[in-house]
Amino acid sequence: MSDFEPVLTEHIHQKDCHTLSFYKSVGGYTALEKVLKMNPAEVTQEVKDSNLRGRGGAGFPAGIKWGFIPKDTDKPKYLINNADESEPGTFKDRLLMNKVPHQMLEGMIIAAYAIGCQTSFIYIRGEFYKEFKMLEMAVDEAYESNLLGQNILGSNYNLDVVIHRGAGAYICGEETGLIESLEGKRGWPRIKPPFPAIEGYLQSPTIVNNVETLSCIPHIITRGASWFKSIGPEKGPGPRLFCISGRVNNPGVFEEPMGIALKDLIFERAGGIPDGKKLKAVFPGGSSSAILTAEEALDVNMDFDELVEKKTMLGSAGVIVMDETVDMVQACLNIARFYAHESCGQCTPCREGTGWLVKMLTRLVNGGGTPKDIDMIFEITDNIGGLIDFSKGSFGKTICPFGEAVAWPVRSFVEKFKDEFLAYLPKEKVVA
Amino acid sequence: MNSNGTPKQKFIFTDSGRMEKILSQYPDKRSATLPLLHLAQTQEGFITGAIIDAVAQYTEIHPAEVMDCVSFYTMFFRRPLGTNKLQVCQTLSCSLNGADDFVDHITQKYGTKPGETTSDGKFTLLKVECLGSCGTAPVIQINNDYHEGLSINELDKLLDSIP
Ligand SMILES: Cc1cc2nc3c(=O)[nH]c(=O)nc-3n(C[C@H](O)[C@H](O)[C@H](O)COP(=O)(O)O)c2cc1C
Ligand code: SF4
Ligand code: FES
Repeated sequence: MSDFEPVLTEHIHQKDCHTLSFYKSVGGYTALEKVLKMNPAEVTQEVKDSNLRGRGGAGFPAGIKWGFIPKDTDKPKYLINNADESEPGTFKDRLLMNKVPHQMLEGMIIAAYAIGCQTSFIYIRGEFYKEFKMLEMAVDEAYESNLLGQNILGSNYNLDVVIHRGAGAYICGEETGLIESLEGKRGWPRIKPPFPAIEGYLQSPTIVNNVETLSCIPHIITRGASWFKSIGPEKGPGPRLFCISGRVNNPGVFEEPMGIALKDLIFERAGGIPDGKKLKAVFPGGSSSAILTAEEALDVNMDFDELVEKKTMLGSAGVIVMDETVDMVQACLNIARFYAHESCGQCTPCREGTGWLVKMLTRLVNGGGTPKDIDMIFEITDNIGGLIDFSKGSFGKTICPFGEAVAWPVRSFVEKFKDEFLAYLPKEKVVA
Repeated sequence: MNSNGTPKQKFIFTDSGRMEKILSQYPDKRSATLPLLHLAQTQEGFITGAIIDAVAQYTEIHPAEVMDCVSFYTMFFRRPLGTNKLQVCQTLSCSLNGADDFVDHITQKYGTKPGETTSDGKFTLLKVECLGSCGTAPVIQINNDYHEGLSINELDKLLDSIP
C-alpha cells in the first residue's frame, strides 16, 4: 500500500490546477475524447467492470446504477452531480471542486454520454459560494472549448450543465430530497420505489452521483477497469478521499487506497492525537455511521464490507476522532441536535423522535435524568430507525434513510459508553 | 393591496439579464424557484412578500408554494438581518475544536445572543450546522466567505477589520 500514488488529488498542490489549460496539460479530457468514439453501453460496461462504488454514502455500484436507465423511453434523461456535501465530518467534495473542477466535469460529461443525457445539473450546497463561483468558471471554460454545448468535440453529442445552488438543508443531500429541491419544492424525500433511475427529476429517468464518484470516471476510462479494481479490496476498490477531523494533530483530506487501516489514517496520516491523549471513539463514515470504540477502531480497515460486518459503515468516509477528553454524552447530544434540526419533518417517528432525543439528552446533561431514560433512548431510536440488525438490512420505518442515520449513531453512543450516561444520573437514583 | 390596506410594492429584479438566464436554464419554470429566491435575496437582503409574489409569477406557481420553500431552507430569511451574518458552525468537529467559545466570545463582545443583531445593525450572530469544512475547525462563515481554523485572537482581529 505504501507505493500508492494519489490519483484524484495528484495535482492539487500545483499552481493554477483549477484551470482548463492546466488540466489539459496533464492529460485532462483525453478520456472524454476516447469515450466519444465508444458506444454508450461500452462506457457503462467499463465502469461496471471497475467495481466503482458510490462515494456519497450508500456505496452503490455506479455502473450498475447507470444500467438501470431504461433504454426504451422517449423521456429525457438527467444526470445530477450531488455536490451537497453536508454530512458532518465530510469535506472532500469541496476540495475536488476548488482544486480540480474539470476532473469532476469530465466525469460528468462521460456519465451523461453513457446514459444518454443532454441536460445535467450540479446541485451544490448553498453555503459553498466560492466553490459555486469556481464551478461557474470551469463550466464557462468548458463551453468555450466545445467540451460542453452542441456537437461536443465534433461528435454530434450535445450536453448542457446547469449549476444549481441549494439553500441550507442537509436532507437535500439525500437523492430524492435533492430532486424535489431541484424541482423548486421543499426537500422532502420521496417514497421509493420508483427509484430515480426510473422516475427522478420531472418524472424522468435520473442518475444521481457524488462529486468524488464522478471524479473517478476519467481515470477508469484512461487507465482501465482492471487498474482501478487492483487498488484495494476488489469488491470496493479504488482511490478514496478520507476526511479526518475532530481531535487529531493534522486534520484534513487524505487520498489513500480503499481498505487502508483506520489506525494508519488516524496515527500516521493525521498525526495522532494532540497532547498525547488517548483515543476514545471514532465515527468511521460521517456522523450517520455508528461509532467505534478505540479498541474496535484500531482493528478495522476502511472497506465497505468490513465496516458493515462491524455494524457500522464507510458512508462518506468522514472520520471524526474523539479522544479521552471528549464527554460522550455531550457528543451524542451534539449529534442528536444536528439531526433534530435537519429532520425534514415528513415522517412522525423521525420528526418527533429526534426532538425527544434532544430533550432527554439535554435533561440528562442538566442532571435531571432518570434510570428509565436510558431504556427510553433505545426505544426512541428503535422507533425512528429500527432495531439494528444489519443481516436484515434497513428496516425502513421512515421514508428515507435519515431515520437510520440518527438511530444508529445515537444508539451506538449509549451502548458503547453506557457508564458515561449512567454517571450523569443524579446519584441517589442510580440503581445497582 | 396588502392585508393592512397599503398598496403592494412590486418587486423588480434589477439584474434582469441574470433573471432571464436562470429561467431559461431549466426544462420547467418551477425549478427556477431557488435560484430566483437567491438572486432576489442578494438584491433585497431578505425575502419580502413582494419577492414571493414576483417569484411565484415567474415560476407560474402559487405564492404559497414559494413560501413553502422559503420557510424550509435555512438560507432564506424573512426578516432583515445585520449587514454581516456571522455564522458559527456548532456541529461536532467544530465543537470539539472551540466553536462554543466563538459563540460566547461574540455574544460578550457585542451583547448579541445567537439569532440577534447588534444595535448598530452591523452584525447578526447565527449558529449553523456543519459547513462542510470540518478539517479546518472551528469554522465561521461571514456572509459568503469561510474563515477557517481561527483562534479567538484572530477572530477578534477579523471582526474588528470589518468596516
Ligand atoms: C440523509 C442523507 C444525506 C445524504 N447526503 C449526501 C450528500 O451530502 N452528498 C452525497 O453525495 N450523497 C449524500 N447522500 C447519498 C445520496 O442519497 C446518494 O446515495 C448519492 O448521492 C448517490 O451518489 P453515489 O452513488 O455516487 O454515492 C445522502 C443520503 C442520505 C440518506
Ligand atoms: S426520515 Fe426524517 S428526514 Fe427522512 S423523510 Fe422522514 S422525516 Fe424526512
Ligand atoms: S463540523 Fe463545523 S464544518 Fe463540519
